Amino acid sequence: MTPVATDTTILAILAPFAAAAIAPVLTKALKHNAAWVLALVPALIFLHFTGFVGDVSHGETYGAAWQWVPTYGVNFSFFIDGLSLLFTLLISGIGTFIILYAGGYLKGHAQQGRFFSFLFLFMGAMLGVVLSDNLITLFIYWELTSITSFLLIGFDHLRAASRRAALQALVVTGGGGLALLAGVLLIIGVTGHMSLTELLADPEAIRGGDYYLPIFLLILGGAFTKSAQFPFHFWLPNAMEAPTPVSAFLHSATMVKAGVYLLMRMHPVMGDTTLWMTVLPLFGGVTLLIGTLLAMRQTDMKLMLAYTTVASLGLLVMLTGTSSEKALEGAVLYLLAHSLFKGALFMVAGTVDHEAGTRDITKLGGLRGAMPVTFAAAAMAALSMGGLPPFIGFIAKEILYEGTLGVGAGLLVTAVAVVGNGLMFAVAAAVALKPFIGQKVDTPKHAHEGPILLFAGPVALALTGLAAALFAHTTGELFIGPMLASLMGHQPEVDLHLIPAHVGMPLLLSLVTVALGIVLYLKIDTVRALMIQVLAAIGWGPDKGFDQAIKGLVGLATWVTRSVQVGWMQTYMTMVFAMTAIALLVPLFLADGLPNWPDFPEFRFFEWGILLIAVVGLGAILAAANRLTAIVSLGIQGFAVALIFMLFGAPDLSFTQFMVETLSVVILALVMTRLDLAPADHRPFGASVVSGIIAVAVGLGVMLTLMSITQQPFDTSLSDFFAQYARVIAHGRNIVNVIIVDFRGVDTLGEIAVVVLTGLCVLALIRVKTKTTSAQDEGAGEEALAKPMEVK
Amino acid sequence: MRTIIFRTIAPYLTALMILFSIFVLLRGHNEPGGGFIGGLIAASALAIYGIACGVTSVRRAIRVHPMSLAAFGLLIATLAGLPSLFFKQTFMTTQFITLHAFGTEIDLMTPMLFDLGVYFVVVGAISSIALALEERESD
Repeated sequence: MTPVATDTTILAILAPFAAAAIAPVLTKALKHNAAWVLALVPALIFLHFTGFVGDVSHGETYGAAWQWVPTYGVNFSFFIDGLSLLFTLLISGIGTFIILYAGGYLKGHAQQGRFFSFLFLFMGAMLGVVLSDNLITLFIYWELTSITSFLLIGFDHLRAASRRAALQALVVTGGGGLALLAGVLLIIGVTGHMSLTELLADPEAIRGGDYYLPIFLLILGGAFTKSAQFPFHFWLPNAMEAPTPVSAFLHSATMVKAGVYLLMRMHPVMGDTTLWMTVLPLFGGVTLLIGTLLAMRQTDMKLMLAYTTVASLGLLVMLTGTSSEKALEGAVLYLLAHSLFKGALFMVAGTVDHEAGTRDITKLGGLRGAMPVTFAAAAMAALSMGGLPPFIGFIAKEILYEGTLGVGAGLLVTAVAVVGNGLMFAVAAAVALKPFIGQKVDTPKHAHEGPILLFAGPVALALTGLAAALFAHTTGELFIGPMLASLMGHQPEVDLHLIPAHVGMPLLLSLVTVALGIVLYLKIDTVRALMIQVLAAIGWGPDKGFDQAIKGLVGLATWVTRSVQVGWMQTYMTMVFAMTAIALLVPLFLADGLPNWPDFPEFRFFEWGILLIAVVGLGAILAAANRLTAIVSLGIQGFAVALIFMLFGAPDLSFTQFMVETLSVVILALVMTRLDLAPADHRPFGASVVSGIIAVAVGLGVMLTLMSITQQPFDTSLSDFFAQYARVIAHGRNIVNVIIVDFRGVDTLGEIAVVVLTGLCVLALIRVKTKTTSAQDEGAGEEALAKPMEVK
Repeated sequence: MRTIIFRTIAPYLTALMILFSIFVLLRGHNEPGGGFIGGLIAASALAIYGIACGVTSVRRAIRVHPMSLAAFGLLIATLAGLPSLFFKQTFMTTQFITLHAFGTEIDLMTPMLFDLGVYFVVVGAISSIALALEERESD
């Protein structure tokens, strides 16, 4: 590894974050043309990483690490092998065109700069996910993609639907992220490996351990939520509330594949077990079928594409779950093909929406004349999606059929794949052909070709899909082979041809798929009506379930708040003191910590005097006719305590106690006069008894605790230290003060910050009260005033 | 409460108490006292003045909002922790200069500044609460 490559690689990984910072400024200056400049960032990242292609295809891997939290072994580290390299190239390559596309799509939007900024943040996070070597860093980037996805889905935050979709995506993927964190921590705990490289070098560490099942479930929890596998698929179609560049980039080409990336990454250490080969194909297959069927139901181009994305992710999970080399090769090829054609198709859908004013396929038709370039891109992408030659989608489908035929439950898996692909063919035709061919239909806007910013992306991606197939051998050698090597853990044989070497089952299955697809396309209206009926009959779905769950959660929170926060001062005080009494007394009795009863001390006459003052104060409080007198009498108690402090050699404490007592009596008296309370306490006798019991219990608890503490041997090391060093180090003879301002100065700093904050809060509260009072004053006079402020 | 005797005495009493509070603040490092107690005395002084002569007079007398005093105190207390950073010591490590003046040694040190900050925080926070509470009575 050359150090130069390391330095520029870390720059390339950090570049999107820098771009995110400058994007708003640049957009302010250049308007939508800023896209041309900004697109250079991902383009340069792409170019940088193409430099690795040659070496990686020969089995080289690259990596470097910078310490971040060395105590916990957390590093900023990257790791480049076939798997991460292909992902990196897809993210930066497609990202380049997405930035351009966003320039055209949100032209003139007031927040375009912010949008670019979010896109770059996402790009940086996504690169981080696929390049991270350290497991903790991987998780952090993973969560960062969820957060940026939240920001992007909710970009149009004035619409309630956007906000709901954004929150839903965040809850589902963020929840999965927590599962991933638990999984990662478990992996670290079990294997002791913090990084992927160490983990991959020790392939039996997880599979052979006792914790395989929990790790498997937790990792799956992360992967399935991110990659929208059934039953977590519902957030992805809702995420189509985001502007189209986001749908094209995050929710088809890159972010949703993070789950698949994770499964592929973990395949060498977790795959090839019965559990893996049962659960993954099962959920993947179900997701594939459900996704395609739901796609048939839709008429909105973006939603149709979104459901087929769900289906494609299901297909990828299913193939990854087979753990067979050929099927995995199919998965890798399909992943590449899908990113290219789906990114292109989403951008086409956005362009049609942008230029024609609608993306409902029943209201579109005959646009080929008005939008020839877009049509060409759409057609190429759709052919790839339908799995027809000469596109990469065709090769992918051939290989994956060959793969599925060779695995255990081959027939079933193949059947699912054929049906799913047939349905996808029909959707591809409906999305990409229906709006362009046939009779010209009147559209809300007068349709015409979009600007170059809008069609550059789809055309480039569609052509890449074509080129990848035409130079199939090179594609296989440079990209598919190395990535497959990462999945398998050894160098596989990959030899791709556009024209099948021999006529066999895969080609036959392709023909069946195409035939099925054509039939379904012609009958699409019937299928759609049928699906709508079926869904209406079921009536309930995870999407609804999500709403019910959130509603339940809010209900629970409300209930808890209502039952704890009653808004009645008396209840709060009763609770606080009752809990204090319990906290003091229960441990004493449970832990057998009751103090020995000491001998009654001999008091001197003035000590008796102080005791007498305290008792008189107590009597005065109980006998007080009104509240104000009671509070002032409370001060007597405080002064008695202050006197005790003084007698036993704590002048500072006593001094403070005097001042605090005085001021609290003053402030309490002021508060009381503001509150318009009834002059005396008119509670029923029973309530007074309860309060009395709590008061006695608290007093008893404090007394017993203090006694039992003083009966423990006293550790004087701290006092000795302070006494010894107060003069020497801190140049002060008053140890108390030296502790406050010097030895424990940072503590005091925190405390005075709290004092300032408390003051501010009290001021704010007083203001609020004054406002409501004056509002009520005008209306209802004195009586109404007393009620809401009654505090007993 | 507002007898003529109280109103006549209150300004002098307040002045004396403030003076005393500064005395307590300054001697704090060696004798009983310090910023916290000093601040409490000063706050009581202002409260007495307020009870006798009204909140408006107090606000006029201290010129700034009492909360600003508190914030200022927090600021200088924090600043007192910074000089040590210039000597590559941890935050709030004591720095001091010994002056020889008036025929004796005087230690000038950062904890003094810090204690002054505590003083201002206590005066400011407590007076702003007390004044705000008193305010409604007077109107």
